[in-house]
Amino acid sequence: MPSFVITEKCDGCQGQDKTACMYICPHDLMALKEVVDKETNEVKMKGVNQEPVQCWECYNCVKICPQQAISIRCYADFAPLGGEVIPMLGSDSIMWTVKFRNGNLKRFKFPVRTVEAGNVDIRSGVGEASADISRIKDPGFYTHHANGSALPTPS
Amino acid sequence: MEPKVNNWEFCEKPEIVIHETDVLLIGGGMSCCGAAYEADRWASPEGIRVTMVDKAATDRSGAVAMGLSAINTYLGDNSPEDYVRYVRNDLMGITREDLTFDLGRVVDDSVHLFEDWGLPIWKKDEEGKSLDGAHAQREEIPSLRDGGAPVRSGRWQIMINGESYKVIVAEAAKLALENNRKATGVDQNHFERVFIVKLLLDKDDPKKIAGAVGFSVREHKIYVFKCKTAMLGTGGAVNVFKTRSTAEGQGRAWFPVWNSGSNYAMAAESGAEMTMMENRFVPARFKDGYGPVGAWFLLFKAKATNALGEDYCATNLEESRKLYGKYVDSLGTCMRNHMMMIDMKAGKGPIKIHTDVAMQELSKTMSKKEIKHLESEAWEDFLDMTIAQAGVWAANNMEPDKVPSELMPSEPYLLGSHAGCAGLWTSGPEDFGPEEYSWGYNRMTTINGLFTAGDGVGASGHKFSSGSHAEGRIAGKSMTSYFLDTKGEDVAYAEDPEELAKEIYMPMETYGKYSDYTTDPNINPNYIRPAMMQQRLQKVMDEYVGGVGTWYMTSKTMLEEGFNYLVMVKEDSHHMAAENLHELLRAWENFHRILAGEAHARHIHFREETRYPGYYYRGDFLAIDDENWKCFVNSTYDKVTGEWNVFKREYHQLVP
Repeated sequence: MPSFVITEKCDGCQGQDKTACMYICPHDLMALKEVVDKETNEVKMKGVNQEPVQCWECYNCVKICPQQAISIRCYADFAPLGGEVIPMLGSDSIMWTVKFRNGNLKRFKFPVRTVEAGNVDIRSGVGEASADISRIKDPGFYTHHANGSALPTPS
Repeated sequence: MEPKVNNWEFCEKPEIVIHETDVLLIGGGMSCCGAAYEADRWASPEGIRVTMVDKAATDRSGAVAMGLSAINTYLGDNSPEDYVRYVRNDLMGITREDLTFDLGRVVDDSVHLFEDWGLPIWKKDEEGKSLDGAHAQREEIPSLRDGGAPVRSGRWQIMINGESYKVIVAEAAKLALENNRKATGVDQNHFERVFIVKLLLDKDDPKKIAGAVGFSVREHKIYVFKCKTAMLGTGGAVNVFKTRSTAEGQGRAWFPVWNSGSNYAMAAESGAEMTMMENRFVPARFKDGYGPVGAWFLLFKAKATNALGEDYCATNLEESRKLYGKYVDSLGTCMRNHMMMIDMKAGKGPIKIHTDVAMQELSKTMSKKEIKHLESEAWEDFLDMTIAQAGVWAANNMEPDKVPSELMPSEPYLLGSHAGCAGLWTSGPEDFGPEEYSWGYNRMTTINGLFTAGDGVGASGHKFSSGSHAEGRIAGKSMTSYFLDTKGEDVAYAEDPEELAKEIYMPMETYGKYSDYTTDPNINPNYIRPAMMQQRLQKVMDEYVGGVGTWYMTSKTMLEEGFNYLVMVKEDSHHMAAENLHELLRAWENFHRILAGEAHARHIHFREETRYPGYYYRGDFLAIDDENWKCFVNSTYDKVTGEWNVFKREYHQLVP
């Protein structure tokens, strides 16, 4: 069913400038729907995966959700119930918890980037060079022209 | 059935936005991000406007959306000649060696930039032990550019911590687009959630690009982009064939399910020459989850066997040689599939990869800490790029270091960047290569001003993520060059935007008009919903064009039977109904899937041999026939008559 949204945790990103899961899903699966609170009868907008059969289980909605309201229930046509993979994406690393059907747990931590998000500098290092427009018909990128590397042809 | 018409009686007419630009990038994956980056350097100082249009959010769009655990094309000390040999070998002797060599000589530059931008790349320390990318930086191990040694999982592959790979590459592309906005004074040049569905050709010269049209999947808006030059960078084709999984598992394709064949369909509709559309990729992967096997085979040295413990690539070698001769020894990707399938069909399955044995073997000489690190590396391979595989193991209580796992060949996918070579026929590099392969601008299709990259460029596979980025850069620079050379030419599309809007929104009008006729809007004699249309296509492709249901087998007679059904699939596609913008997106993705699937079937029909055993078989021509078929199969499509013109193009060997 792949991604699912926990009713209680989802606040529809009311306080945010955009609905995070809707913004990020590469396949346009996440949408908002009206959910009626059984106790107060209040109508609230909450996230939902509108087309689970097209979910790639890429976990981008899970990783981005500010409320940790989204998780993945593995595809039920081939995966038994009870397993779960939970990411916690930080600024420079990601923590994974793998929960097995039998209750066993594994935890892993991997780096995700060595330059902070928003700090990529496309003009740093070799990128400071400019393209020489007179060489636009020459093979290679502006970087090859700038550092004087000659490109080989088949010998 | 009566033809459908859209008079805006049953759906609201959307706003039509006309956006003028010079260089238009269609897509937002690795190719388009590369094109935006390189085009900015050449175009911005000249005041040339660059625009990117992505159907998703660029941070997580394209095939790298989930992340990757390896960069599969990094030459390092290897020569471009050897890269050509490797690609030619895996693609069964036929590749555009000019394109492949050209890519091989520049691809490393993109990888070096990725590292500058913060992509962690595994390195070897002084003792030859592997460190993750962040650890290597803390230890002050030099960057790849400065001679740091990557951890190679194979001759061409290097390991990365790639969870945020696409986010990093997208940030650079977005900065390049921002820079272009500043240089040209344009307010907006990066459109997300706009799905381009058709290319627009010049009114006086139908062999020249003039723009593209699509719609927002968030707002009721049609977008018409007017441009001098455009690049198609919209990936391959998935979910064209019936999937092995059923119901909700259908989205778990190995290749991203949002790759809907748009690159091939939009190009074919424009009359661009296609090449090698008969080729496909059938990855043999961990069953159901389709997790990557590359690192297990190459880095951890795992072996795969049949249920009797036999290495099927050894036991089936002589038998396979009868039909495939010298190609057997090359042990290319399709040939390994072929030998695995021999055993599966003989009931010698399940085929298993012995991850447990490999891990135990590697752990023999390791400390406890090192074993823990190794286990972590093995899990990262999945968590970085196919998280669902970790889920399958967790759900089945399987730990790959303790038990082996089953392997399975997937349903077929069409692509040009991985171990496949479907795509468009493009011009090669300016400085070498046969004249027949070059018409002025590197990676330009046979439509003037229309370029492509990554999965779009045919007859040259094994580019992967880095190669797609680099090929996008090649195209981005070429497009700028084309723009400068054609500056004085007037370009204008022939179509009336009002009519385009009607055509694009037709499925919305159809739904509005008929959905109340039945009590269940899903079952209605007046239309078919996109999800069902997709299933219909998948069933025809599976049964007649060699899907999993026939063990990838087809023939002239089977294909011709299938063509009859495909004609009606195409007719019925004009009766698709969409309740909302999301479903309109699906409808148009399926128009594209259908045409991509048809191109595939037409090409298989033309090539009377089995060039790619293990990917598909022509039962009536089971062998490889080098005498007649060591050539490219190309085609053009006439959208007015619906006819395909399929023909041969000569293969020239450049590298001995």
